[in-house]
Amino acid sequence: MIPGVDGFMYPNEVELQWSLLIVLYPYITGLVAGAFILASLERVFKVDAVRPTYRLALLTALAFLLVAPLPLQLHLGHPERSFEMYLTPHRSSAMAMFGFVYLWYLTVVLLVEVWLEYRADIVRLSKTTSGFKRLVYKILTLGSDNVSPAALRIDDKVGYAVTVIGIPSAFLLHGYVGFIFGSIKANPWWSTPLMPVVFLFSAMVSGIAAVMVLYMASMKLRKTPIDMSCVDTIGKYLFYTFIIDFTLEMLDLIHRTYESDESFRSLDFMVHTRLWFSQVILQIILGTLVPLLLLAAAQFLKLAAGVRRSIYAVACLLTLVGIFAMRWNVVIGGQLFSKSFLGYTTYKVQFAAREGLLPALGLMILPFVIFVVLVKLLPPWGEQPGHASASGD
Amino acid sequence: MRDIFRNAGHLIRPAVVLLAALGLFILGRGIFIPKTFGQYGHYDAASLDRIRQRPISYAGQDACVMCHDDQAKVRASGPHAHVACEACHGPQQAHAGADDPSAHKPVLPDTAVLCKRCHEKDAAKPKSFPQVVSAEHSGGAACNVCHTPHNPLRMKP
Repeated sequence: MIPGVDGFMYPNEVELQWSLLIVLYPYITGLVAGAFILASLERVFKVDAVRPTYRLALLTALAFLLVAPLPLQLHLGHPERSFEMYLTPHRSSAMAMFGFVYLWYLTVVLLVEVWLEYRADIVRLSKTTSGFKRLVYKILTLGSDNVSPAALRIDDKVGYAVTVIGIPSAFLLHGYVGFIFGSIKANPWWSTPLMPVVFLFSAMVSGIAAVMVLYMASMKLRKTPIDMSCVDTIGKYLFYTFIIDFTLEMLDLIHRTYESDESFRSLDFMVHTRLWFSQVILQIILGTLVPLLLLAAAQFLKLAAGVRRSIYAVACLLTLVGIFAMRWNVVIGGQLFSKSFLGYTTYKVQFAAREGLLPALGLMILPFVIFVVLVKLLPPWGEQPGHASASGD
Repeated sequence: MRDIFRNAGHLIRPAVVLLAALGLFILGRGIFIPKTFGQYGHYDAASLDRIRQRPISYAGQDACVMCHDDQAKVRASGPHAHVACEACHGPQQAHAGADDPSAHKPVLPDTAVLCKRCHEKDAAKPKSFPQVVSAEHSGGAACNVCHTPHNPLRMKP
């Protein structure tokens, strides 16, 4: 008997091919897309209350985007060959096309928007700092120190246009991650056209929660008061987005249950056994219903600011755990059952292996290290100029 | 108009950086993509020649049977008739292709390890396939103590 295997399992299904690192990849990419959507609230949709988090959201998106491909690289047996995906992409490869979506989003959307947003600061810092920092800022100015009001107005308008392009790009970026799973027709756990939409909304939920946590933690560390109207507004948007996300996931569940195709009994058994903790307890109860109730309480009850802050912190942290559990249940859950629907295997996370817990922890810490470096380089604090004129109206 | 050009001039710089990166990418494609890529399909046609030039590892069972006809007959009489020699004995071109095969004598496989690869009890295998829980069946003893590996139905005296 093979340890960890119950029932009838085809030999190539016993060992999972997509590991913990492949769980991290959609999780990290989702944080990027969600953070960017939050930034666009202020820039495009003119939600002024969230202005204190605008720059923070951009830097969060950039820090996580730089790390997003690394779990995939560690997963590959020959990471040096991954470059060939760009050189000779095959049109039928969803992953190859995703590579270009990633590059487009990184270079044309995020880097350009960060540069335009920070240009005035970069030029100022290139004149007020010295030594190596001055050299870095000089390079970042790209040789132009024109920060006249007219030039900044043009930056504002171009930044607005880039954000407008960036919203569908962010949707494409994470919708595509969902598509990579949703388009695998051989796997009934993954194969649903709802997958890209569910991934997208869960990405928005996790990104908004991550920026809110980072904002509140940063304010705490800097001993600066938290802007309550800002966190209340983010809490409101998080609540609404979460309701849409939860509705979509329930729609998927109800659809599967009512349809009850040939895979249903097997998947239902899996949810009640191997995925019970990660899916029902972590994802649905602790990661969705509890934060939704907490956010609803903050919305509809008249609570003191301190209580609301605690509620937001707990709700956002639980949300981040819940969305991670959702990625886990999709990626790992989809490989635990046999395509014969008669057997189940087990996934045991290794520790200090190439795809083990240790590199996964490192990959989750790395974006925060990059974030701290970015915050030191491009401080998001202080009175930030608004983008009122940006829409050109 | 001139003011707009002066105040928007800095925007050309990131555009130039992006275009330079794009140019480098196109240049890189020219350098790294082999000239024979796409000749027959979405792969490098020259890789076929490169693979062909690699040393041969497997001799093929015709080469084995030429000298080991006695063992081949035993195998043909049992359920292992369709298992190729090198499936158990490993790649043997170094032995079969040598001028003096006895100088490259293959190591006999350890049947206590080898047989379990196929015959250890596994729920995923069809019930008709012979399989045992080796710990209960032989207590870890080598299979060829009792079975003749080339025809396992033939028991040793």
